[in-house]
Amino acid sequence: MRIIYTLLVKEFKQIFRNRFMLPVIFVIPLVQMIILTYAASLEMKDIKMAVVDQDHSTASRLLVSSFTGSPFFRITLQTGDDREATRWLHRDKVDVILHVKDDFEKGLFREGSADLQLVINAINATEAGLIQAYCTRIITGFNSQLRTGLSGPESSAGMPSLEIIPAFWYNPEFDYKIYMFCGILVILVTLIGMLLTALNLVREKEMGTTEQINVTPIRKTHFIIAKLLPFWIIALFELGFGLILGRLLYDLPIVGSPLLLFLFAAIYLLAVLGIGLFLSTMSHTQQQLMFMSFFFMVTFILMSGVFTPTESMPDWAQEMNRVNPLAYFMRVIRMILLKGSGFRDISREFFSMLVYASTILTLAVVSYRKTT
Amino acid sequence: MIDSDTDVIRVRELVKKFGSFVANDRLSFRVHKGEIFGFLGANGAGKTTTIRILCGLSYPTSGEIEVAGHDVYTQRERIKRKIGYMSQKFSLYEDLTVSENIRLYAGIYGLDRRYILQREKQLLQQLGLQDIQNQFIRKIPLGWKQKLAFSVAVFHKPAIVFLDEPTGGVDPITRRQFWEMIHEVTREGITVFVTTHYMDEAEYCDRVSIMVDGRIEALEPPAVLKERYNCGDMNEVFIKLARKQ
Repeated sequence: MRIIYTLLVKEFKQIFRNRFMLPVIFVIPLVQMIILTYAASLEMKDIKMAVVDQDHSTASRLLVSSFTGSPFFRITLQTGDDREATRWLHRDKVDVILHVKDDFEKGLFREGSADLQLVINAINATEAGLIQAYCTRIITGFNSQLRTGLSGPESSAGMPSLEIIPAFWYNPEFDYKIYMFCGILVILVTLIGMLLTALNLVREKEMGTTEQINVTPIRKTHFIIAKLLPFWIIALFELGFGLILGRLLYDLPIVGSPLLLFLFAAIYLLAVLGIGLFLSTMSHTQQQLMFMSFFFMVTFILMSGVFTPTESMPDWAQEMNRVNPLAYFMRVIRMILLKGSGFRDISREFFSMLVYASTILTLAVVSYRKTT
Repeated sequence: MIDSDTDVIRVRELVKKFGSFVANDRLSFRVHKGEIFGFLGANGAGKTTTIRILCGLSYPTSGEIEVAGHDVYTQRERIKRKIGYMSQKFSLYEDLTVSENIRLYAGIYGLDRRYILQREKQLLQQLGLQDIQNQFIRKIPLGWKQKLAFSVAVFHKPAIVFLDEPTGGVDPITRRQFWEMIHEVTREGITVFVTTHYMDEAEYCDRVSIMVDGRIEALEPPAVLKERYNCGDMNEVFIKLARKQ
């Protein structure tokens, strides 16, 4: 015990003497929480639209005005020339073209139906999907407005119509910010835990002090505990700091028990630190380590479901996510904070994480060698 | 002949290979208790490899090796209790102070707290470092660092201390003081196993081995070597032997 204490004193002194450390602990979360939460927006505003109105009728003007009235669209080009609109799309000056043909109104009133053409720039598929969804909503609105106007309120009462009123649970105001916030907090805590641990270990290797430590009779478990514990504490502190920031900046709802969240995070971080330790045993320089952890982190983050729900990933990807600790925490933090899930709801993730943490830590400790 | 019970290091047919490269080619030697054993050789002769094996930092490929009465294959951790080590690379923590480094390493060996504090005070006084005990290691001159590193390596009173080029880059006066410290610890019964490139230092050793291309070419007291090779000093002996290849 005394040896661990001696080592812990050394680690903490070194960590807080490192001038790079305090900014990492306090400034990075602030910046990430503020900038990324806003920047990694899932919502689209200000979609640039070109309107090619060849009809110039009351109906076409009505349609266009419902787009102008929407907060999502900004009509940047109004023209009768098809080719001009296409040129704008090519030059990325508009995201979508709405094409109203010259028989639009005639078709609507004579035949009861008319065609509209939407040309959407789909280089970013998610964005294109959203644009399409928004357009459909506005056109549907226009359509029912038109029908009520045409047939009068009396007759429309007789017409069977279905109206869908969605209820959005757990995030009624459709606030993507709190959703993103949780994701970014997970990434942050993971990054701090994994990277700082691994860097610290490899730095000692580079300096040569590891060798000096290895000729002492110190037990490697003691050494490893003293190396991991400080970063475990710092990462948990980071989680708390992040939650407070979220509360202040975004009014983050903390529906479930914060204690449960910390309990899960405590186990989760053991796994994360284990990975960090494992990576450090495989690299000799901080550079090697950075490349390796970059690979792991990017894969873990992109697959974790921070932007896209893991459920919509292909089966093989979902299987792969079993070894992605981030995917577990990503799910659990949202469940606890936004949904108020209790221990029973997250027990599967909890025990999976427990197994994960003990496996990876054992592996890392075994592959850590005092003798080469 | 010296009684084999007083040997603190026994090496028989030590071989270390890195792939097809043979770094240590069937080395056999013994180091007696309390002597200063000079382990010489040109760069790349395989000295550091041997030291690393003796300290339990690296596995030998084959051979029988015993350090401080323990086997290097099976009892490395026991060996580590009985040795001190100071490497080519500077091995104190740059971002800890003089005192903190002493306390850290002493603490790792599980020494008693009060004993550590008392010895630390003595040590700082001997080295004349009392005024800078709270300075970071990175701020003190190299010579002082090396003297301190040596003191830290013998703080727990090991049976053997391994010094891998301890005086590299150090000025002549400090080197002289450093060797005085080495002689000092041998009086306490500590065996010193030292590598160096300074041949004047080789003269201070009780016995000297000269390694050439992974093999020990000679192992005798300096005086005997000088006589055998008909040289005026160890420098000539070294050049004669190392050039033979």
